[in-house]
Amino acid sequence: MKFILRRAGFYLTAAWASITLAFFIPRMMPGDPAAMMFARFHGKLSPEAMQALRSAFGFTNAPLWKQYFQYLSHIARGDLGISIGYYPATVGSVIGQALLWTVFLSGLAVILSCTIGTLLGIASVWKRGGWLDNIAPPVLTLLGAFPYFWLAMATLFVFGFGLGWFPLRHAYDDRFSPSLTWPFIRSVFEHAVLPAATVVVVTVGGWMLSMRSTLINVLAEDYILFAHAKGLRPGRIMFQYAARNALLPNITGFGMALGFVLSGSLLTEMVFSYPGQGYLLIRAVKSLDYPLIQGLFLTTTLAVLGANLLVDMVYVWLDPRTRS
Amino acid sequence: MRSLLENRKAVVGLSILAVFALMAIVGPLLVGDSSEFVTVPLQPPSAHYWFGTTGQGQDVFGQTIAGARSTLALGFVVGFLVVAIGALVGTMAGYFGGWVDEVLSLLINLFLLMPGVVIAAYLPSGPLTIGLVLVVTGWAWSARVIRAQALSLRQRDFVSAAQVVGESHLRIILFEILPNMTSLLVSAFIGSAIYAIGAQVGLEFLGLGDVGAVTWGTNLYWASNDVALPSGSWWTFVPTGVSIALVGFALALINNALDEFGNPRLAPERAFLKATGRKRLEIHAPTPALRRTGAGADG
Repeated sequence: MKFILRRAGFYLTAAWASITLAFFIPRMMPGDPAAMMFARFHGKLSPEAMQALRSAFGFTNAPLWKQYFQYLSHIARGDLGISIGYYPATVGSVIGQALLWTVFLSGLAVILSCTIGTLLGIASVWKRGGWLDNIAPPVLTLLGAFPYFWLAMATLFVFGFGLGWFPLRHAYDDRFSPSLTWPFIRSVFEHAVLPAATVVVVTVGGWMLSMRSTLINVLAEDYILFAHAKGLRPGRIMFQYAARNALLPNITGFGMALGFVLSGSLLTEMVFSYPGQGYLLIRAVKSLDYPLIQGLFLTTTLAVLGANLLVDMVYVWLDPRTRS
Repeated sequence: MRSLLENRKAVVGLSILAVFALMAIVGPLLVGDSSEFVTVPLQPPSAHYWFGTTGQGQDVFGQTIAGARSTLALGFVVGFLVVAIGALVGTMAGYFGGWVDEVLSLLINLFLLMPGVVIAAYLPSGPLTIGLVLVVTGWAWSARVIRAQALSLRQRDFVSAAQVVGESHLRIILFEILPNMTSLLVSAFIGSAIYAIGAQVGLEFLGLGDVGAVTWGTNLYWASNDVALPSGSWWTFVPTGVSIALVGFALALINNALDEFGNPRLAPERAFLKATGRKRLEIHAPTPALRRTGAGADG
């Protein structure tokens, strides 16, 4: 119980800190982002309209603490303000749409990569010193050494431009409007193959190696020897006894990876012009769309927190030792 | 050190790294100003321009060589700072425990959440911004690892002995705790350098660096922003990418070798199999722990 209370305390503090940072960072930076942002509207709007716009975005001349509490009350109502680049759409709606694509693409990639990597790790320990165990680690280490986005560029170059097997950009074919029809779904998956595959190729090695080294240590435990002495089948020992216990570090890693999906997908989405969070963030940065950047900062940090919370709960469920 | 040089992984890693270090130090002197426009854009590799030319008519070979300097320099400086700050905060948290640990751990966990790109977005773009962002977002990772190690070292007898003798906390941290985690610090440094090089190249690729400078990141930025991909000009992005990968691979190899060195359990089973003449290990076989018994021992 004390453990849960402490964790809850951490999550509340962290959530408050990230909300507060999202407020203060743009206001602390040199060059007054608000002034730069509104400079673009100069001449187009009357001073009164400018003032109205400033207050709509939360940049008023009120004292900082007043602005801060106003901001907190807006956040509490789920109101993230209005985007400048996508005016008059709200930040919430712009992020919501992009979030859907990112969660689909990167969620898919992380799940695939973690599953394949863990299974490869088990397989390589199953035949220790076999060809998989000898070839896979160095090859995957080498692949993992390439910058993520560079492999994405290379695959796009070969399979997109060179062979023309896969579409070059965006999340679906422009000829379809989003709907639950077969051609649209097909086009969504066609567009997801290359970006997801590059993420899997680069990250699968990490999962495999971590599973492999934990599993090797677990196999040296006494209870594994005991299971052999009992005459259990090797398959049963491997999956029911060893792999299950060796899975814990990968579960933690999985949660972390899920949390970092939002920030990590940035480069992939950039290369494939995939309309997710990362792509949105870069466009927001380039167009100085500060309300949108602030909103993305919030969703990104809160996603990491949420994933950590999830891992904590799964851990308590998986590992009885944490329950005492 | 001598036995480290007998490890094949370490030798390969150190050799690759040495080549690139040499390239970073003397390379820019040899190729001159590589941002000059020399000839027709997007020429394929030829006898004169070994790696072809960029979309703006610059020599790709020259840019690959010249880019090494700032990329590697920033990578290693950031790697060092990340470990230095991490060691300071991590050992303090682990050694003192109690409320110091509570506060510092909270700080570490908060910094783990920082999205670097967003912070970079608010600052003027350039190498200083990138370095700052990488340090701010990176130190917490190393601090966490070092804290865990300090926590376990604190309970060892030699630390209690030092406390009983009346050594100051500072002295215990500097002369008892830190020297006993040298291998961890070295591997954290290498890991941080890998992170710093990769993340730096990524940020520059997004256009958040100084796009006028010649670095590996900006090389790739221009390769993707000029019409390199649709026109089939693979030579504009392949040399730089392969260079980055080789450096990362070399660093990973060195880290791996150091790991095997310190932890015999992880040493490859191949040597064991060779020694026993078996085809492969049965799954219930204990992990062979190899110990060198004399000069030329395998493993």
